[in-house]
Amino acid sequence: MMRFFLVLALAWLVMLPPSADAALRPGELLEDPELEARARALGRELRCVVCQNQSIDDSNAELAQDFRRIVRERVLAGESNEEIKQYMVDRYGEFVLLRPPITANTIVLWGGPFAILLIGAGIAYATARRRQTAEADDLSPDERRRLNELLADGSESRS
Amino acid sequence: MRRLFFIVPAVVFLVIATFLAIGLTRDPSELPSALLDRPAPDFDLPPLPGRDEAGFARADLGGEPMLVNVFASWCVPCRIEHPLINRLAENGIIVHGINHKDQAENARAWLDELGDSFSRVGHDLDGRGGIEWGVYGVPETYIVDAEGVIVHRHVGPLRPQDVERTIRPILESLQR
Repeated sequence: MMRFFLVLALAWLVMLPPSADAALRPGELLEDPELEARARALGRELRCVVCQNQSIDDSNAELAQDFRRIVRERVLAGESNEEIKQYMVDRYGEFVLLRPPITANTIVLWGGPFAILLIGAGIAYATARRRQTAEADDLSPDERRRLNELLADGSESRS
Repeated sequence: MRRLFFIVPAVVFLVIATFLAIGLTRDPSELPSALLDRPAPDFDLPPLPGRDEAGFARADLGGEPMLVNVFASWCVPCRIEHPLINRLAENGIIVHGINHKDQAENARAWLDELGDSFSRVGHDLDGRGGIEWGVYGVPETYIVDAEGVIVHRHVGPLRPQDVERTIRPILESLQR
């Protein structure tokens, strides 16, 4: 029993969101909480290009720190979120966006799962239909009579 | 109809295998440059203190094909590739340097030791010049053509085969 709770506790730890504690240093934060919130939201959408699968908000890499500083400078300068993202895309490509926009290049990425789901649903539907029609005419009248006889035989011999 | 049971998984397998064969053989650390085939970014770096008076800026690019090398004294691969940079410069190719996040005295000592063949060196202490170029690690080397357009980017240290197979052929095609 003890072990069960231990496993449960471990599973819970693993499932905790890892971004609860970002890599930001106290000195980096903007004074205005509203602007800081915007900078944080942007930071979670920008990829740290050296660590690749972390956002700049989560990464301790020096480059991520530089990116965070740039985001905050631009937020303070009054740029919109789109302008700031565009600034990063112009220099590092769409790869810096953790959520890539839907374009001709990324349509397979975004549409792929839905296409596969549709194909799967189609196959499931076709299979189910086939099984239904197969069930409807699986016994000929002859076979049905024989089955009834067999069933009748069985009940007689047992009594 | 029954044949579908064999064809569908086989097709699915082939599609996934193709995607993986392409995807897994690519080097994920090699990113496409957003600046490729675009004019070099606007930047203006101060000089490396103690080396020269003028820094390195956008206006220094163009006129003829040239190389831009991002380096730092603390970067070990830079030390390995530097003799190749020197040799390219000896052969008459203009090479500019961006000294990335480096202390001036360290950079000067490093250049004294390994040879300073840079035409201009910009001192990029906070790395902001590098960000304009889309630099995400040192060393990086760019080829800029006579119009100031970035035609090639090399990430990581240059090896002799990189110079022979890509850098030189590109420079030769630009000079023609």
